Amino acid sequence: MSLLQIDKLSLAIGGVQILHDVSLRLEAGQILGVIGESGSGKSMTAFAVTQLLPVGATCRGRVLLQGQDVLAQTEAQMCQLRGRVVSMVFQEPMTALNPLHPIGQQVAETIMVHENISRSAAMARAAQALTRAELPPERFPMGRYPHELSGGQRQRVVIAMAIALRPSLLIADEPTTALDVTTQAEILALLRRLVQEDGMGLMLISHDLAVVADMADQIVIMRQGEVVEQGPAAQLFSGLRHPYSQALLAASGHVPARPHRGQLGAPLLEVQRATRRYAGPRRGLWGRAPGFEAVRDVSFCLRRGESLGLVGESGCGKSTLTRAILGLDALQSGSIAFDGQPVWAGGSPARAVRRRMQVVFQDPYGSFNPRWKVARLVAEPFHLLDQPPTGAARRAAVNEALHSVGLTAADGDKYIHEFSGGQRQRIAIARALIIKPDLIILDEAVSALDVSVRAQVLDLLADLSGRFGLSYLFISHDLGVVRAITDRVLVMRAGQIIEEGPTEQVFASPTHPYTKELIAAAPVLPAYAKEIAQ
Amino acid sequence: MLQFFLKRLMALVLTLVVASGVIFLCLEIVPGDPALYMLGLNAQEDTLAALRAELGLDMGPLARYWAWVSGMVVGDFGISYTYRTPVAEMVAERLKVSLPLAVYALTLSTAIAFPAGIWAASRRGRGADIAVMGVTQLGVAIPNFWFAMLMVLVFAIQLRWFNAGGFAGWEAGVGPALKSLTLPAIALALPQASILARVMRSALLESLNEDYVRTARAKGLSRGQALWRHALRNALIPVLTIIGLQFAFLMAGAIIIENVFYLPGLGRLVFQAISARDLIVVESVVMLLVFAVVVVNFLVDIAYALVDPRLRGQV
Repeated sequence: MSLLQIDKLSLAIGGVQILHDVSLRLEAGQILGVIGESGSGKSMTAFAVTQLLPVGATCRGRVLLQGQDVLAQTEAQMCQLRGRVVSMVFQEPMTALNPLHPIGQQVAETIMVHENISRSAAMARAAQALTRAELPPERFPMGRYPHELSGGQRQRVVIAMAIALRPSLLIADEPTTALDVTTQAEILALLRRLVQEDGMGLMLISHDLAVVADMADQIVIMRQGEVVEQGPAAQLFSGLRHPYSQALLAASGHVPARPHRGQLGAPLLEVQRATRRYAGPRRGLWGRAPGFEAVRDVSFCLRRGESLGLVGESGCGKSTLTRAILGLDALQSGSIAFDGQPVWAGGSPARAVRRRMQVVFQDPYGSFNPRWKVARLVAEPFHLLDQPPTGAARRAAVNEALHSVGLTAADGDKYIHEFSGGQRQRIAIARALIIKPDLIILDEAVSALDVSVRAQVLDLLADLSGRFGLSYLFISHDLGVVRAITDRVLVMRAGQIIEEGPTEQVFASPTHPYTKELIAAAPVLPAYAKEIAQ
Repeated sequence: MLQFFLKRLMALVLTLVVASGVIFLCLEIVPGDPALYMLGLNAQEDTLAALRAELGLDMGPLARYWAWVSGMVVGDFGISYTYRTPVAEMVAERLKVSLPLAVYALTLSTAIAFPAGIWAASRRGRGADIAVMGVTQLGVAIPNFWFAMLMVLVFAIQLRWFNAGGFAGWEAGVGPALKSLTLPAIALALPQASILARVMRSALLESLNEDYVRTARAKGLSRGQALWRHALRNALIPVLTIIGLQFAFLMAGAIIIENVFYLPGLGRLVFQAISARDLIVVESVVMLLVFAVVVVNFLVDIAYALVDPRLRGQV
């Protein structure tokens, strides 16, 4: 008897078919990797197992958990199973914990819901669970609140909650997607250790082939609510049969063809000893805590036509540096010059400089005004010009920008909600292109996209830089993407640049220990899979 | 937490100082001479001067402000221009009606709103939710004085359970006093309860959608347990804000209801004082209301910090 056996599971929510005949199996002590892009139904499969589906969902088929069909259980019976037999870890550690309860109490709650024991006994067991999740109460008191912990630490609390009663099945839905690479490596190692220690089955859901390939015994690849391919991890990669799986693998290791440029141009963006200090929080009535230097003494130069990468983990100062370069914040010391002119002049950002650089942000959903039509959104940077084009000339410019990112003029009359994430990011790039800048800053611009869409956007960026002679400052936590699209790379940590050099050289033979750690922590596809991808 | 408390306390004192200045200034620039008003148009010039001196109106504005504020701190609100009795006594007499009425109405409104809001949220889209939303829509729309008159017709005139108006006084005992406040309190509470129930419902629905509620369900908590243990406390912040605002409104805004039920409350006092140009009474009552509002806000701030640990470290 398998630990989990799903037979021909179909799921509809409000009449819309979400899953079609999904079948899979997971044995105790094994890791099942479920891979798919957004909308593939991988999370819904997980929620079907725990029966935590949205209102109006109806399931057909069988979901056997230790031989019991969960679809036949009552809600009260499911409450008995959840947390005790099957547990879940979610993607967003920042919001998965109740902000108003101390962490120890939240872990102890799992135990108290299922067992009739005293509060102090439950707290003692919660302490054990937290210790197993590598958050020992000696160092992280159980009276702490979630907001006092980092993302990785919060994810450990969620894991401690999930494993407190040693369930047979743990479902982890994108458990590391929101975390930095080094934290991701730690959390994955923790999950693997817990699987070995407890002999539980782990269903690991991810969009990231590399994360799953490294961990899983069995792999299931899903698309649009169907399983397209499944099998043992080692065999699956060597013999991917379905065109979609092959395309997915190819896209995840995609390196866009970039035009080769012999000689690099003159310096375009020069950052000299830039320091950005934030004032500390207020202490007492008039005093302030010591400030915090988010960017410390950073110097670098980006040449015309160059694609420069900036990598670092969250909180390293990437975003602060970006804001300073864009003239959104003033520096405390040092200078930033664009083509020889200061970005910040006389107490305000220089418009003449600002119109020559544009930015594309991470979030393809939040960075557009939903009430404006696309043509108006794309034309927005015109306010940086002293005499913006009007009427037909304006519309022509919008159409040209939309064309250059692979959209049509007709798309200008639509609203942003009519587009997918990848198309939105194309619109963001069109918006950046419209005033023909010299430099585009890409702030995690492809991080929120599915791998196949990401590959297309990377190709588009490579193509545009060749056609328009654009320079890119490519900011990302994703080392693979930075490696694929940049000529040179800067590694940032705690506000400082600790290593810089040609991208291939830095990745092949990093010199700084932190860079080594970062590269080692990044999940990579097994060698055989990589060969297939290329 | 102590620092949070002290800082809120300082903000409270500062607000009172600024508010007293603004109230004084406003009444300074209002045209009209209280002495002239009291003695009538045919008053003799020397009588007027004597009265002005007696009332302290001949002093400079700063001196009068200081006399007013320093008096208030020790409980001396001055003498009413019209009734020639200490303002403090008049206000205290009225407070005995207004404060219990406000507390009574707020208690009723909370007692109705919490269960109604929670019930509606936990049965979203079903009959109970639709019923609560419909009734509260009506409660918000109907003016409370109309509702008050309706209640007088039914409960006082037809059924004769209550008196149609007037206040029995606390001397008669707590029972009769509360009884005479019951109809006004219900009239005041219904619109407030309707608003509060709607806020409670939407805040609760929002927090029921949060990830931590899903986490709680994944631990094995039932829907109801997740609501009571995790969603409810997270939904309290907007509800507390509304309760604070409602209390402030009930203290000062009961004037129409006081008139309908012929209750000797603060609202009517301030209305009469304005018509009689009894500036010292107006100033004092307004200041007292400001004080009540500021204190309630202070208590709401403290309640926020008790509910949400993230606020304790902040100012």
